[in-house]
Amino acid sequence: MIIQALAFYLFAAITVASGFMVIASRNPVHSVLFLILAFFNAAGLFVLMGAEFLGMILVIVYVGAVAVLFLFVVMMLDINFVELRQGFLQYLPIGGLIGFILLVELALVLGGWVITPAARSAGTDPIPALDQVTNTHALGAVIYTKYIYLFQGAGLILLVAMIGAIVLTLRSRPGVKRQSISEQVNRPRGDAVAVRKVEPRKGI
Amino acid sequence: MTIGLGHYLTVAAILFTLGILGIFLNRKNVIVILMSVELMLLAVNLNLVAFSTHLNDLVGQVFALFVLTVAAGEAAIGLAILVVYFRNRGTIAVEDINMMKG
Repeated sequence: MIIQALAFYLFAAITVASGFMVIASRNPVHSVLFLILAFFNAAGLFVLMGAEFLGMILVIVYVGAVAVLFLFVVMMLDINFVELRQGFLQYLPIGGLIGFILLVELALVLGGWVITPAARSAGTDPIPALDQVTNTHALGAVIYTKYIYLFQGAGLILLVAMIGAIVLTLRSRPGVKRQSISEQVNRPRGDAVAVRKVEPRKGI
Repeated sequence: MTIGLGHYLTVAAILFTLGILGIFLNRKNVIVILMSVELMLLAVNLNLVAFSTHLNDLVGQVFALFVLTVAAGEAAIGLAILVVYFRNRGTIAVEDINMMKG
């Protein structure tokens, strides 16, 4: 139990600290790297709660795909980030005020609120015991049967996102020579070969 | 010293507030705003999973999975729009994004 508490405080402290560094860092590349650190430690928190599958998905999808995508974009665009940071201190009071108000509201919600014991057994899909069925197995047994349409919908959302991203960023530059295979294959013989009568000792 | 639901919810609340604060502080930098949105979605996922495991209900984890999916799609589309915008304007300052204002 003490090890669990220590692990929780370690993961939580690093998550919150790196989350703070994401918004406070001067260099966006550092922000992305701190975001990756925050995702790793949040994955640790997920594992600590007993949601191993989501923790691993967080590492694979967020760290492996989304954060690296951010890193690519930050490094690819040639942006003057010093100019973009102007006004940071100007917005600090109002932003701090709103953040503080929100935090107090969330604390009030957390403080004045209890869960009845009956709610623990009211769930529609209870989590099976971990020594019988693993978390991944249990999640799959629910997703592929009961929530199959939502799962397919999620796949469609990803498809639309993929096509949208490709369509948005694809550009055809003029003046670039490219090979057109269909044009090559469909070229008739008359376009390519011409038969000339050559007179002797004259050339063409 | 047992770690209960409240501890996880506190971490998620702090992360969410940090996300909001990041949007306010980095008003000019779209990339950091997108990262702040990712932080907020992470906080929401933490909440969902915490309630799911403490109320012994798997639906929360299923929902967190879908939130993850939508967040990945949102990041991809957002960054694509950002790249196109930078290609057209040469800057990513948020204040200049009012070209489509009627």
